[in-house]
Amino acid sequence: MRHEHIETNSGLMILLILAVISIGGLVEIVPLFYINETIEKVEGVRPNTPLELRGRDIYIREGCYLCHSQQIRPFRDEWLRYGHYSLAAESQYDHPFQWGSKRTGPDLARLGGKYSNQWHVQHLKAPRSVVPQSIMPNYPWLLATNLDTSDVADRMRALRATGVPYSLTQAEYDANVKKFGQTVANQLDISQAQDNLLKEARDQNFDGIPGQVTEMEALVAYLQSLGTMVDFTQYNDDAFVKFR
Amino acid sequence: MAQSSALPAEQYNYDIVRKFTIMAMVWAVLGMSVGVYIASELAWPFLNYDIPQLTFGRLRPVHTTLVIFGFGGSALFATSYYVVQRTCQARLAFPWLAEFTFWGWTGGVALGALTYVSGITQGREYAEFEWPLDIAITLVWVSYFAVYVETLRRRSQPHIYVANWFYLAFILAVALLHIFNNLAVPVSLTKSYSLFAGVQDAMTQWWYGHNAVGFFLTAAFLGMMYYFVPKQAGRPVYSYRLSIIHFWALIFLYMWAGGHHLHWTSLPDWVSTLAATFSIILLMPSWGGMINGIMTLSGAWDKLRSDPIMLFLITSLSFYGMSTFEGPLMSLKSVNALSHYTDWTVGHVHSGALGWVALVSFGSFYHLIPRLWDTKMYSEKLIYIHFWLATIGIVLYITSLWVAGIGQGLMLRSFDDYGNLAYTFIETVEFMHTPYVWRALGGAFFVAGVLVMVYNMAMTLRAAGRERVDEEARLAAKLAKA
Repeated sequence: MRHEHIETNSGLMILLILAVISIGGLVEIVPLFYINETIEKVEGVRPNTPLELRGRDIYIREGCYLCHSQQIRPFRDEWLRYGHYSLAAESQYDHPFQWGSKRTGPDLARLGGKYSNQWHVQHLKAPRSVVPQSIMPNYPWLLATNLDTSDVADRMRALRATGVPYSLTQAEYDANVKKFGQTVANQLDISQAQDNLLKEARDQNFDGIPGQVTEMEALVAYLQSLGTMVDFTQYNDDAFVKFR
Repeated sequence: MAQSSALPAEQYNYDIVRKFTIMAMVWAVLGMSVGVYIASELAWPFLNYDIPQLTFGRLRPVHTTLVIFGFGGSALFATSYYVVQRTCQARLAFPWLAEFTFWGWTGGVALGALTYVSGITQGREYAEFEWPLDIAITLVWVSYFAVYVETLRRRSQPHIYVANWFYLAFILAVALLHIFNNLAVPVSLTKSYSLFAGVQDAMTQWWYGHNAVGFFLTAAFLGMMYYFVPKQAGRPVYSYRLSIIHFWALIFLYMWAGGHHLHWTSLPDWVSTLAATFSIILLMPSWGGMINGIMTLSGAWDKLRSDPIMLFLITSLSFYGMSTFEGPLMSLKSVNALSHYTDWTVGHVHSGALGWVALVSFGSFYHLIPRLWDTKMYSEKLIYIHFWLATIGIVLYITSLWVAGIGQGLMLRSFDDYGNLAYTFIETVEFMHTPYVWRALGGAFFVAGVLVMVYNMAMTLRAAGRERVDEEARLAAKLAKA
């Protein structure tokens, strides 16, 4: 075919352009949904609790992902600084993914449990009061704003529609008990969402203010959960290599 | 032909082109000023002022949206509507629909910025618009496609000129990317969750993100280049054959390259390797385009000395060549291990965005403005001043971020004699303060250049308005006498 045929026929040109630009995505993205080795088989990864989920929403609202990654690469310096490299399995319930693209601040993929709740509250309120050279903004309003918990069940329902195993029916609940155990399955039950949220806040008191559920409470709960779900002592060093 | 005696301004719909041209400059001033502000926040964090709407995390999407979709998008609407009419010798189809694309696009960008500062965002880089805005944008885009293609179909030439191939590929690819990357399940009007999760979501997002660069910021601006460089040079495109080869190669290869944003992550190695391979091959069509543009000037090189518009256009192609060499370099896994997550990437994007996209747009606008308003530019000297402010700004910007990015990358991976990490993370943040100051200064230079252009343009339009009034008065006087 001479190129003259294409450049004198707009319909043909449109069709050929569509064909040519579709191939890359079809070859690189579609198989990711079908190749079983894409996501590692590991125990422990669960969807967020209602409180963590609300914290994650605040993390996205404030644009934290623009300066912090949640994706540790398999290098020695990252291993020493942050811990085991990230697994695809660890973000399998993340809608949208929060791997990030820039580290103006450090990676947060395994932040959970590294610092106390009190440290996080102080650091989010005034980062330079704990890390003098920090260039992070202060987030005082997180502590001053009560968390809106009214639509947490709606949010879980939307996530359920994307495939996250939050349960609405008895069958789904039972499946969760089998997969995650009774305690986690209760947290994933949408009908108990608001009670679960308030209970977790009351029991853990992440923001240090008793009797009040602030946005800080949710955000710290989320940060403390990051990277803590997989117990890496259960796996050999090379257990994940075949998935890469 | 009866039409040939009509003035171009009457034969073609210039009104829509004028509107988009003015809005492009408005978005440039706003978007780039926000850029300088957030760059300053990184150097002097007190500028966040404990005000949620002013924090870096909320303003950064405002900056990227206003410059990419506001400035870049309006520049593309303006030039594509102009080019398609001129090269097809046909008036723009569906004028009311074209009008809708203007108000829809302008309103969409403005609403987007307002929602981000209010904390309403999808949390997807360069696609932060929440779902109602995504749907509105889709409607605008479909209208754009209809106007564009119908105008093409009404052409009075058998051949579709090369610039239109690029604009067409851009319109089609952006539609495809926008729709698939924004699939989401809504919770309310202001909140949704993406349909995909984790690794699949990451790959979809960077397939989108990289091709936002590849089609929005590259292919479409190559369309602009293919019209305005030959026009301004007064010479035909260097090689017709080269433009065919590099067009098809470019649009095919770009779509494979997105995975290089995810090297060494949980993305399977096979995708990452494939993406790196295609990124390296991509150097060839990219340079094919650059060579075709620059060589169009062969035999008329003296124009670089006498024509500041040519200076803008050829410098933009040089930056295009530079950043499309740097890109494949950074897509190598070994280089990426150092560069990823650092400011080197940010510098790279800006050598493309400021050096290529903005300069080629400014050059095209300086060509366009006198034709749209049927006058000449108020000051040629101010065009030169703009050129040097912009160039100095870009050089300051990218060199300071090479220092910041490569410096941080090297510090993070260095070990002391005992095998311990040599630096803590916060020490690298401290190190970056000085380059961040220089970067903000570079950005300020660039914005200063844009302000010079806005002044020059405003004075030109004012003079054009006066000329028109005088002309009408003369005509009226003549009629009164007769």
